[in-house]
Amino acid sequence: MSASSGTGLSGTGLSAAPAATAPVVSAADVWVRFAGRGRHGGAATAVDGVNLDIAPGEIVALVGESGCGKTTLARTILGLERPTSGQVRFAGRPLSYRSGALRAYRRQVQLVLQDPTGSLNPRHTVYEAVAEGVRIHKLDNERARVADALSRCGLRPPERFFQRYPHELSGGQRQRVVIAGALVLEPQVLVADEPVASLDASVRGEILALLLRLRRDLGLAALVVTHDLGLAWNIADRLAVMYLGRIVEVGTPEQVFAQPRHPYTKALMSVLPESPIEPIVLAGEPPDPTRIPAGCRFHPRCPELASGAAATAGVAERCTGTALPALPAAGSGTALVSCHLAATLGP
Amino acid sequence: MALLELRDLTVTYATASGPVPAVRGVNLTVDAGQTLGLAGESGCGKSTIATSILRLLPSSATVTGQILFNGADVLTMNWGRLRAVRWAGASIVFQGALHSLNPVQRIGRQIAEPILLHEPGVSKQSAAGRVVRLLSQVGLPAARADSYPHELSGGQKQRVMIAMALACSPSLIIADEPTTALDVMIQAQVLNLITDLVRETGVGMIMISHDLSVLSATCQRLAVMYAGRIVEEGPAHEVFTAARHPYAQALSWAFPVIGDTRTRMSPRGLAGDPPDPAQLPSGCGFHPRCAVALAQCSAREMELWPAGDGRLAACVQVLNEEEGGQPARSVADENRSAGEAVA
Repeated sequence: MSASSGTGLSGTGLSAAPAATAPVVSAADVWVRFAGRGRHGGAATAVDGVNLDIAPGEIVALVGESGCGKTTLARTILGLERPTSGQVRFAGRPLSYRSGALRAYRRQVQLVLQDPTGSLNPRHTVYEAVAEGVRIHKLDNERARVADALSRCGLRPPERFFQRYPHELSGGQRQRVVIAGALVLEPQVLVADEPVASLDASVRGEILALLLRLRRDLGLAALVVTHDLGLAWNIADRLAVMYLGRIVEVGTPEQVFAQPRHPYTKALMSVLPESPIEPIVLAGEPPDPTRIPAGCRFHPRCPELASGAAATAGVAERCTGTALPALPAAGSGTALVSCHLAATLGP
Repeated sequence: MALLELRDLTVTYATASGPVPAVRGVNLTVDAGQTLGLAGESGCGKSTIATSILRLLPSSATVTGQILFNGADVLTMNWGRLRAVRWAGASIVFQGALHSLNPVQRIGRQIAEPILLHEPGVSKQSAAGRVVRLLSQVGLPAARADSYPHELSGGQKQRVMIAMALACSPSLIIADEPTTALDVMIQAQVLNLITDLVRETGVGMIMISHDLSVLSATCQRLAVMYAGRIVEEGPAHEVFTAARHPYAQALSWAFPVIGDTRTRMSPRGLAGDPPDPAQLPSGCGFHPRCAVALAQCSAREMELWPAGDGRLAACVQVLNEEEGGQPARSVADENRSAGEAVA
């Protein structure tokens, strides 16, 4: 991709990558702006031009700090938020926001939230919680569907759990009920927002293994939103790193973790406990989406710019002055990075 | 003399459905300038230990054993002595800084409060001077003293909590999940700050978390708790990378080292759930979830046996191996071979 070096984009195609399959869900140049409020309020650009494809059966981890727009992007992909511009596509067709069309769409793309205690109604039994989707979508064989979803999620025998209430279950079991509630509609995609963050450490691995098993047995694709890089290493086929509304680096966990190319990804990895790299602790807080810096949006915190490495490579002016285009959607096996410096270094 | 020594500490909560043991015979030592990590899942008793050290437990809790702070037993101290130990001797950084600060008081006043209460001779002006020094010690500008908590970010609030804990120059700081709910980068900032403070001030520290990787990076020693007991103790890095107790192993797998091909696409967890403290299993509390449990594990009480250089583990398998015996066959193995025999 030599032609891309001038724009600051850089990518590597791996010949081993499988032939491109049509994505099941994709975000195409999605922007989401929220109008400002109050006397200081400017419009906040939560998602600032994101392209992301999710192939059938693929698990994509979307990582970034709080406030980087990852949850807004997930909500947009679910149709809970309408993009200010750009499109969400399902099976190649743009999403329609009529309520009937959205209902049909949500059968295919289901949400799993972080806190299972908050997402279950304490006065509904496990059966009622899981059957709710079946009733909304007026499907037949309610009992068989609920039993099947529960046993797929490891709550066996399912009949034993039907009449239980959330308070009678452990945290891990509750999260299994939430996942069963999503699964009962036989969706093609799960969108999971921090699916294990509120669970006990020893239970975490079991729930992640469940997501992998569902992918294997049902071909379920998943977008997992998390700030936990270890989770991405555990289960993701592909990893997208988001910073201030943009995806700044994408690739397989092997590609990204073995050789992070964006200075932000490097910094995130370096501060993990047990990291072999010298920690690069970025000063300050994640920046404000109402005031996205000019040039590269990461430049005010960029250690490569501060250390003079960018100046040595002759890109310092571009870092502070030339905005980077949004990364295009990448298939599996393609690593992309949005950085003026990385572009000069080549793939 | 150790800075803090817990001897056979036992805490039992009285509840409507009977007594619930939260901590069951814990022995721990922290020296000045030493950091001890205390790991375990929710309900294992780690926060109960933290609050018991300053006698902050609710009145429903019965505490037995000894909590020796500089040799004096906190449990039998009179109120005056206890008041002197709180803040000035030992202080706690609670989890959830967002809820621990008073929302309608300026930061500076909240940090100054323990100073003015515990050191009666100090004037307001000199307390304000100390607040500025404390803020700079935790990396916040002096102007922040005039801010209200809602004007600060999560990481800044956590820094304010640490500044408060340092206010009366205690010799021991107990940090209960100081970085939970913080982003990785902010977590790294706070952990760096804590590590620097320990090195510069020589304060002793107990850090509580469920994340073994964080404790391994910041602490010298590490104790892993399960169901109210310590099941493994030793040098932090060794416990994290080569745990001997099956539970400590499982806990360390929960936080994979990125790049370790063994954990790629194979998350490892523990079947089952942490036990209900009101209904603890007999024998070793971990045996119902243990993959290498022996028949004797459900009957035999475990104690911490030596498990190598400076290490202890409460597992018969470790005891057998240390005594040079062959690792015994586990119940799972027995079941498997019994199944094969039938087949």
